[in-house]
Amino acid sequence: MAEPLALYRTMVTIREAEMALARLFADGEVPGFIHLSVGQEAVAAGICAALAPGDSVASTHRGHGHALARGLGLRGFFAEVMGKASGVCRGRGGSMHVADLSVGMLGANGIVAAGAPIALGAALAHRTRGTGGVAVAFFGDGALAEGVLHETMNIAALWRLPLLLACENNGWAEFSRSETQVAARLAALAAAHGIPHREVDGADALAVAEAAAEAVAALRRGEGPRVIEARTRRWRGHFEGDPQRYRDPAEAAEALAHDPIARARAAFLAAGGDAALLEAVEAECRAAIAAAIEAARAAPAPRWEEERMGAYAPAEG
Amino acid sequence: MTELRTLQAITRALSDAMEADPSVILLGEDIGAAGGPFGATRGLHARFGPERVRDTPIAEAALVGAAVGAALTGLRPVAEIMFMDFITLAMDALVNQAAKARFMFGGQRGVPMVLRTPHGGGLSAGPQHSQCLEAWLCHVPGLKVVCPATPADAYGLLRSAIADPDPVIVVEHKGLYAMKGELPDPPAPVPIGRARLARPGRDATILCYGAAVHWSLAAAEDLAREGIEAEVLDLRSLQPWDEAAVLESLSRTHRLVIAHEAVEAFGVGAEIAARMAEVGFDELDAPILRVGAPFTPVPFAPPLEAAWRPDAARIAAAVRRTLA
Repeated sequence: MAEPLALYRTMVTIREAEMALARLFADGEVPGFIHLSVGQEAVAAGICAALAPGDSVASTHRGHGHALARGLGLRGFFAEVMGKASGVCRGRGGSMHVADLSVGMLGANGIVAAGAPIALGAALAHRTRGTGGVAVAFFGDGALAEGVLHETMNIAALWRLPLLLACENNGWAEFSRSETQVAARLAALAAAHGIPHREVDGADALAVAEAAAEAVAALRRGEGPRVIEARTRRWRGHFEGDPQRYRDPAEAAEALAHDPIARARAAFLAAGGDAALLEAVEAECRAAIAAAIEAARAAPAPRWEEERMGAYAPAEG
Repeated sequence: MTELRTLQAITRALSDAMEADPSVILLGEDIGAAGGPFGATRGLHARFGPERVRDTPIAEAALVGAAVGAALTGLRPVAEIMFMDFITLAMDALVNQAAKARFMFGGQRGVPMVLRTPHGGGLSAGPQHSQCLEAWLCHVPGLKVVCPATPADAYGLLRSAIADPDPVIVVEHKGLYAMKGELPDPPAPVPIGRARLARPGRDATILCYGAAVHWSLAAAEDLAREGIEAEVLDLRSLQPWDEAAVLESLSRTHRLVIAHEAVEAFGVGAEIAARMAEVGFDELDAPILRVGAPFTPVPFAPPLEAAWRPDAARIAAAVRRTLA
């Protein structure tokens, strides 16, 4: 069972890292587009807490939390998103492509639902190779409109693959309410494929972690795929800088009431935990993030001439 | 030497690769007990079992996407797309995922997958079962594309593709599946990126691949009766392609005709012609000519399709024009 303080540490790392990115983006230190998962931290933390070394995760365009929860290092993360040569992807991918294959993080992904069949293939590889590992496909409720997600559910169910389909249902499909985009409910879709579906409060890290642990145990027993649908809230825009003119201010304000970190803190204290422990975790997270940002700032920009910018493996010999 | 059909050479390559490497698996529609829509996987399901020869549902996007994920997780999947026309449904997995992973993840790992798919007309299969779409794939950095014309190359290029650390599309011509040829004993891999001299000649170079190799050889035979010695260079590998071999041939013949079944406009021939105009300009004694299909979909009715497809006569006519 996931340890509350460890979940808290993961969530604070994600929150502090993303709020730092928001500031760096506003200051022009982060190029391109970034999509923040602030408010959704409990889902990444809870799901990834159930995983073991060797398991695989395929993520989304809103993938910082998944990457950090899976163990992608802060220094490689910040250097990548800030476009530096010391980035985990050497500055070639950026926010939407953070990946660390050494920890089974198969990448954030710029294409909605594209991670689902990749995780399906990872699950197939775990099965075929007999590794005992499992794969997780993170996706949002907007991805339910993509055909490949349905193809993935069908194959995972037919082949009973160790695939956890982890839906972060934040109610938004980019700039539109997802109920205007998707006719079906995920619970009904899962039932149609014979895949067990479980809904959890995505602001409750312990509840997510408990559901994930139960699902992953079933995957490891060879019982076929599972769906976890975490009801969560997107605190910020689709992308950073999104003016969100499409959003009802009351809905946006209501989202802030569901704070997974405040909730975990209250639960920890209510259970007799020591506030000093939480504060120590927060201080450590902030210090590690500040150090990672300073290291990224000091790192050289990648130079085309110095990078081996090959799209293929170097020729042998 | 063993004489066999192209299709048997492909089956042999798959079988030998699976024998040599337990991480090689096959994925595709009806490739299992049914033995594949054209029979390329006949006997493999019985020999290697359903875990390694996986019948997939009719779901091209997920099956190719799964090949990407499996390749990132320690397998060497060989996916089959029943007709090349159907790769449209799998383009995200190919173009945005397989092709980019090595580069955009900073070289952490490649995607060692193969996608086999048949192209080409001649069977009255109509506009959605006959296209030659390889130029699209050649345009995407990160993908390799090969197109064998003989059983030996069908075997050898497929073995090299399966062993390659990056994604390789093996484009087969369904009209060549039944063609017989010699396979060396033991059969050997054929390196990706090297052309094959199919017929030496001094007067003009015909550069071609796939079914067009056989039309080009027939054209060269006809031209020889007129005293014209055309060299036929089988490209075999389209991305990367053997620029040195093309330039070397051009430097001897000084005339170049590029022939393929694919639509001529914006095709493989266009790229090679542009490149040779740049690096081979001083060698050229005549404009480079292309012979490809007209800019329409592939028609169904046999006389329409026959008129649409390039053939030996059109290739021979192009060679005569370069010599005129």
